[in-house]
Amino acid sequence: MNADLDALYQEIILDHYKNPHHKGLRDPYEAEVHHVNPSCGDEVTLRVHLADGVVSDVSYDSVGCSISQASASVLTDLVIGKSVEEAMAIHAEFQELMQGRGTVTPDEEVLEDGIAFAGVAKFPARVKCALLSWMAWKDATAQAMEEKSK
Amino acid sequence: MTRPVVGGLLPELEVIRKDFPILQRTLAGGQPLVYLDSANTSQKPQVVIDSMVDHLERHNANIARAMHQLGAESTEAFESARDKVAAFIGAPSRDEVIFTKNASEALNLVANTMAWKGRFRVGEGDEIVITEMEHHSNIVPWQLLTERTGATLRWFGLTDDGHLDLSAIDSLITEKTKVVALTWVSNMLGTVNPIAAITRRAHEVGALVVIDASQAAPVLPIDLAAMPVEERPDFLAFTGHKVVGPTGIGVLWGSRAALEELPPFLGGGEMIEVVTMQGSTYADIPHKFEAGTPPIVEAVGLGAAVDYLSHVGMTAIHEHEQAITSYALEALATVTGLTILGPLTAAERGGAISFELDGVHPHDIATVVDTRGVAIRAGHHCARPAHARFGVQSSSRMSSYLYTTPSEIDALIEALEYTRSYFKLG
Repeated sequence: MNADLDALYQEIILDHYKNPHHKGLRDPYEAEVHHVNPSCGDEVTLRVHLADGVVSDVSYDSVGCSISQASASVLTDLVIGKSVEEAMAIHAEFQELMQGRGTVTPDEEVLEDGIAFAGVAKFPARVKCALLSWMAWKDATAQAMEEKSK
Repeated sequence: MTRPVVGGLLPELEVIRKDFPILQRTLAGGQPLVYLDSANTSQKPQVVIDSMVDHLERHNANIARAMHQLGAESTEAFESARDKVAAFIGAPSRDEVIFTKNASEALNLVANTMAWKGRFRVGEGDEIVITEMEHHSNIVPWQLLTERTGATLRWFGLTDDGHLDLSAIDSLITEKTKVVALTWVSNMLGTVNPIAAITRRAHEVGALVVIDASQAAPVLPIDLAAMPVEERPDFLAFTGHKVVGPTGIGVLWGSRAALEELPPFLGGGEMIEVVTMQGSTYADIPHKFEAGTPPIVEAVGLGAAVDYLSHVGMTAIHEHEQAITSYALEALATVTGLTILGPLTAAERGGAISFELDGVHPHDIATVVDTRGVAIRAGHHCARPAHARFGVQSSSRMSSYLYTTPSEIDALIEALEYTRSYFKLG
């Protein structure tokens, strides 16, 4: 069983958990969302700042388990500086990995540290932990785009 | 690691364990199951499973409306389940036992019908009193009631050691109070609340009392008829699946006087007397509150479940629970960095023990101990306000029952120590 456990808690995940990247709420931003995992109480407040079609900042404040915290950290590494279109494609790929029940082989070129979450897909109860901040980011980005188009 | 076991364990614990087939199974990797999540849902003895299979194989028919032998048998089985439940809680009358879908529906039944009409109707200026340690199912229905009626929601706060703060009871429960709703045993803190004293005070001001007995019914002997009338609640709700019965069935007991005063909840078949296009009259209790085809086989299973518990003996089950809880409280205290939420002595508690472990999130604890075969719950246990009160975002919870052994508690402790080492905590 330790093999599965070690697959879940990759060193990369524990590193991001202990030293999260881009954490803290920052200005400026066009949209702020608050997402919760109602079954367990994990929470994230996340802000998105877009400039010229590029995700120029993602900042967040969150409480939760190692998986949800590390996932938020990896998210910000992956999407900040990318065009909204590219970032959405990364989002889709991460979501596919998470919902693949362990059958999807991740592409390191696209997901970088995100490939460490492949083991999470085998723990159905933990998939929503990994997706919490990603869903918040998608929601906030959609709202920010709407704000821009007004 | 051996600890002295305090007295009170069920003498035939090994025999009882054999009654629960699931306890014999192994999990991934051949790990034996250590099920410590009974406050979430209890496991089912063979007799409950068999009674449901037998009903479906031999007696299945709709009840009360089928004019044939199977219909009579099915009706008999359903109504005899009501008798068994009535006996289990010492109901003054079997007609006061209403079958619902679960405890949430039972609580919602009361909260909804109180918004409509009758002597107990709640309106603007009225107050509803709950507590900060309620399960969400005994908070949200009352919030909805206040939203619908303009009434005000008030609540008992908690002391630092996890009890209700009763110091302001007389200013909290006043002439304005229409209903006081509280849990008998907390699903998060484990605290056993003084429902008799609170009911007495509520009755002095003419308020109805609704008791959420979801965690109490599994472990405390309940004898409503034996309670002095001024200390007897007006309603008591619990769910079947926590008392070794199936899911899909719950119970609302209400005093005849209160049930007759409340308007119907759901309209439909079997809850009526005469229906015309101009209007309808309603059946007497209990059928007035049981619209539509009820969960028949679930009722049969629940009847078998409460019979099983009564056969083992609720006093003996309570003693067992106390012995295991006491053992678990001592054992958990040996784990470095572990903090127990709620009262620290078994006598003040039910069988659920929530705790925090420094440096590891409850989800991570639950996942790691699960790989050792130990099933516990992690999260806010549907009691977010109680967690907020103690400044805790979420917690881990172990909960035992009549089939729990001291060695299963040892397995939990070992799994927690493993969790600490896995996350490299010193």
